[in-house]
Amino acid sequence: MTSYLLTTVLVMAVMTYLPRMLPLTFFKKEIHSRFIRSLLYYVPYAVLSALTFPSILYATGNIASALIGGLAGIYFAYRQKGLVFVACMTVICSFIAQIVIPF
Amino acid sequence: MEEFLSGCRRSLPIALGYFPVSFSFGVFVASSGLPLGLATLISITNLTSSGQFAGVSLMLVQASYMETALTLLMINARYFLMSLSLSQKIDQKMSTLERMVISFGITDETFSLASLEQQTLSFPFMAGFILIPIIGWTSGTLAGETLTNLLPASLQSAMGLALYGMFLAIIIPASSKSRAIGEVVVLAAVLSTLMYVFPLFQGLSNGFQLIIATLLAALYGAWRYPVEEKE
Repeated sequence: MTSYLLTTVLVMAVMTYLPRMLPLTFFKKEIHSRFIRSLLYYVPYAVLSALTFPSILYATGNIASALIGGLAGIYFAYRQKGLVFVACMTVICSFIAQIVIPF
Repeated sequence: MEEFLSGCRRSLPIALGYFPVSFSFGVFVASSGLPLGLATLISITNLTSSGQFAGVSLMLVQASYMETALTLLMINARYFLMSLSLSQKIDQKMSTLERMVISFGITDETFSLASLEQQTLSFPFMAGFILIPIIGWTSGTLAGETLTNLLPASLQSAMGLALYGMFLAIIIPASSKSRAIGEVVVLAAVLSTLMYVFPLFQGLSNGFQLIIATLLAALYGAWRYPVEEKE
């Protein structure tokens, strides 16, 4: 049992590390194509947006409290309040919502 | 040393956001009856969220090694794209060994934040930049599996929003400054939501859904708003 678990952890670790390691380590050329460079420029924003929506609604196990936290996050993000402040406000607003709203 | 510390500072928000997520991973593993310490071992060797949850679920049904390997590869295929993208952003003089070290720390969050740094990414900066999230992720898991009842459930679930709050703090100001980024952000959100809602895509792993939404949105951006040529 233990050897099965440890081997599975090893398999997981290798299969997580390889896709991270191979391109960064062995691709040493500079990409000149304007299209590819444009594509790579937009990837971080696209990833963050796809990670956030719709998952943010399901992050607390309760759509109403997640929505209130999310809206607070959008408001403070729009006011350019910085990463840590916005993250704290989403948590605090959602926590208050969970206490206040009877479910 | 200065660059190392600056890397540590820049990734501190990621580490704080990781804590509650990895805490819930620790709780999940401990409450499913697996040996104590396993969750922390997984976190320190894997450093990923969806892959770890999937891997543990497979463990619990005694899946074969091949099955685990293929599932994990599918979920993690997105790192291939991120790693390729970072290869353009790092100091080109970085040695092979240094590249192998920092690539361990590529996650959705570290990739995104590192890509948005203004300067070229040096090895000392990246070493600090990945170290703090690794500590946050591992210590959160350890706390989760040992102190499963430390936090009230309502606070723990609210803390699950921290990472998303951080993401909003990045994409929303960027979108209000640049119409191109704004359109890419909205498109990625719509595509990701559509794939979540429509049963047609339910067979795809989360990792694959993320790749498709990301690539299509970024392709649109590159086609509609190509970036300025470098001199």
